[in-house]
Amino acid sequence: MNALAASVSRTAISRRGFIITSSAAFGGLSLGFHIPFGQAAAQSGGMPEINAWVVVKPDDTVVIRIARSEMGQGTLTGLAQLVAEELDCDWSKVTTEYPTPGQNLARNRAWGNFSTGGSRGIRESHDYVRKGGGAARIMLVQAAAQQWNVPASECRAEKSVITHVPSGRKVTYGQVAEAAAKIAPPTDVPLKDPKDWTIAGKPLKRLDTADKLTGKQVYGIDLQLPGMLNAAIRDCPVFGGKVKSFNAASIASRPGVKKVVQVGDSAVAVIADTWWRAKSALDALEIEWDEGPNANVSSASIAEMLKEGLDAREAAVGNRQGDVEMALKSAARTITATYSYPYQNHATMEPMNATAKWTPERCEVWTPTQNGEAALAAAAEAAGLPATQCEVYKIHLGGGFGRRGAVHDWVRQAVLIAKEMPGTPVKLIWSREEDMLHGRYHPVTQCKLTAALDDKGELTGLHMRISGQSILAGIFPQNIRNGLDPVVFQGLNAGGAEAAIGYTIPNLLIDHAMRNPPVPPGFWRGVNLNHNTIYLECFLDEVAHATGKDPLELRRKLMANHPKHLAVLNAVAEKVGWDKPAPQGIYRGLAQCMGFGSYVAACAEVSVAPDGKLKIHRIVAATDPGHAVNPQQIEAQVEGSFVYGLTAALYGECTVANGRIEQENFDTYPMMRIDEMPKVETVIVPSGGFWGGVGEPTIAVAAPAVLNAIFAATGKRIRDLPLKKHDLRQA
Amino acid sequence: MPKLNVNGVIREFEAEEDTPLLWVLREQLQLTGTKYGCGIAQCGACTVHVDGQPMRSCVMPVSAFTEDQKIVTIEGLSPDGSHPVQKAWLALDVPQCGYCQTGMIMAAAALLQQNPKPSDADIDAEITNICRCGTYNRVRAAIHEAAGNGAANGSGRRT
Ligand code: FES
Ligand code: FES
Repeated sequence: MNALAASVSRTAISRRGFIITSSAAFGGLSLGFHIPFGQAAAQSGGMPEINAWVVVKPDDTVVIRIARSEMGQGTLTGLAQLVAEELDCDWSKVTTEYPTPGQNLARNRAWGNFSTGGSRGIRESHDYVRKGGGAARIMLVQAAAQQWNVPASECRAEKSVITHVPSGRKVTYGQVAEAAAKIAPPTDVPLKDPKDWTIAGKPLKRLDTADKLTGKQVYGIDLQLPGMLNAAIRDCPVFGGKVKSFNAASIASRPGVKKVVQVGDSAVAVIADTWWRAKSALDALEIEWDEGPNANVSSASIAEMLKEGLDAREAAVGNRQGDVEMALKSAARTITATYSYPYQNHATMEPMNATAKWTPERCEVWTPTQNGEAALAAAAEAAGLPATQCEVYKIHLGGGFGRRGAVHDWVRQAVLIAKEMPGTPVKLIWSREEDMLHGRYHPVTQCKLTAALDDKGELTGLHMRISGQSILAGIFPQNIRNGLDPVVFQGLNAGGAEAAIGYTIPNLLIDHAMRNPPVPPGFWRGVNLNHNTIYLECFLDEVAHATGKDPLELRRKLMANHPKHLAVLNAVAEKVGWDKPAPQGIYRGLAQCMGFGSYVAACAEVSVAPDGKLKIHRIVAATDPGHAVNPQQIEAQVEGSFVYGLTAALYGECTVANGRIEQENFDTYPMMRIDEMPKVETVIVPSGGFWGGVGEPTIAVAAPAVLNAIFAATGKRIRDLPLKKHDLRQA
Repeated sequence: MPKLNVNGVIREFEAEEDTPLLWVLREQLQLTGTKYGCGIAQCGACTVHVDGQPMRSCVMPVSAFTEDQKIVTIEGLSPDGSHPVQKAWLALDVPQCGYCQTGMIMAAAALLQQNPKPSDADIDAEITNICRCGTYNRVRAAIHEAAGNGAANGSGRRT
């Protein structure tokens, strides 16, 4: 079975698409060739653009341009805070807008990278967006100084008002904006010391809440355009399968149906006046599939494939210290355990959708996307037009979680459908079932860990063999080097600013046997850090138990050379009161990791009733993101991360039978709800000097902290998820 | 033409009898604040009030309703976002992506209508909507806030 080819062919993307989107895999490396605070565009009447980031209207309204996508994570507010901080503008007069990917293309990427994933919204763009705000302030002050004929150094800006200090004269930003827009941008823009921040770093309210409370907020699925039609689609449920035949005439006379079309070689769509009519007609259509080479793939066959990798001779090395083989040979004792992690669907609450309008000269797409530039590349390729003749309008996202970033399969479909109706906008909406069956799934892996212990029970060596799926192989195979997918080792790297292991183990080998089943993988919020942290943190708990050590003490000892990791763990231990016993019947578990540039740790407090019912009472979580741009939104992200991570731990599993995913909706793919939500106490310990992400890292500690607490409560070591498969009753 | 009473207005529409109320609201009446999440009564994104009762409109055929029944959608909950639940949601900055929130707000408003001082257990039993972004603790706190239950449980803070 050529599994890799099967999963890659589904995602073939253009060269341009690759260049733009490959950064999703390598945080921080892709800033490349943008202009930090791009030149102002030609002025449109009365709306002076000071530079690419800042527009000041005559009424002093400040429009801050946001290149990254808001999908709930708060980046829109956080980025606006950073610009506003350096701009010294009146926060109550701030609004935001998205530049379009087409404008970015036309202006030589004035706004840099649009990609919103890997918790990089703020950490990757803080420098140039702050400089954008600072440059605009310098230009506004300069304009006022010129108007007064005084040196700019005698002027001060505060809350959108410029004061000439010696004379007390004042002018507002709006009054000098037009003049400021004509001034050459400064070459040197000093940034404030974060300790002087008054807007950034504060727990400000989000800018985008009001319309979400009244139904006014327009999501992609809500978009209405004049003359618009709607489409429903069914892609072959078997990965790699194709359409063999369908009888379009059998549904052509159903109400509202305009056209029945094949989309690519694997899907069929119905175009109708309303989506419900399109979907109903599609449900009535019989489609014969050529199920292709994967029709016999199952969860069991995938597990076999991965199991073989656990002991395979060849594996790509991600982190090697000392000599593990020797350490294991000379160990007084060894411990081995094997873990696994299942497929997960992103399950954004808003299913995939896009509206497209195509003519032979131009293609426009309206869609919720985490990466407008990649969406533009996908649209252009499907349209058969150069990107300069295409445009993408980013519509608010009903969740993203990584599904709407790297691969724009639904955009491609929407454009192909729109091509069948030249000049007419067509909105494609996936049903929940389509969304569940055609995800870009959290990859599957298994992991075999072997510890070498000396005669005092000290850890002298660790071999961690990961076997399983590579996201890069499925999405950006060009980024695999000599068989090595560097992203696989997230959280386990020997060092670096992104995702370093927090332990010093004298003899260490972490390697990966790549095994790629034909189920398309994707960047699922938290990415590879999710399972890597379960494997390492649960196994260290096993080592602690086997050697009679306190799990906190064991970690502390191994973390002596990793002060930032240790500090967040200590913050958790202190807040939870690790040195005091837990309340009667409550048991604790710990986990820590580094990922997406931040350090996180958590302690879970759980109880398990005699009937096996698990209750998660309380989570204490600490985060060191370097700089905390909006503490109340960090708290929201930490809480949300526990919902995402615990839903996966409790319920999340997509199983495969006959080459297709078995779970089609929330009845068989359950979600954690409010009744299971623990209290979450968030400790934010920003240590400064670096910028880490907050949308994802905490997800990774959710499951292992709870699994370790379950062990403490029951003596049961859960090594494969989800928990719903396990009986926690005490024997 | 069939008619519905939506947000206090009698509206005519054209749809097959088995069309779910959700899709009539969204596609015929252009009330897109009511969301589609699952279509099988699992997620609550499509929650509306029918004569004051919360209902998941994705599984209710429109033919099951008469114009005597008062249907209220998020657009009709208050004229200007001033319902106590909406105000509490704003005060605690509850939404993340917001997609589930209109259904969540409709469920919370219905709960408070029937039970003005809900306990945590009441909330657990009655608020069964799915939020993938994970706003549950702020939802709980905001329900307590709207109920005037004093120092709220869960998190969310006034800023
Ligand atoms: S859409 Fe109605 S309950 Fe999910
Ligand atoms: S706020 Fe995004 S699903 Fe609830």
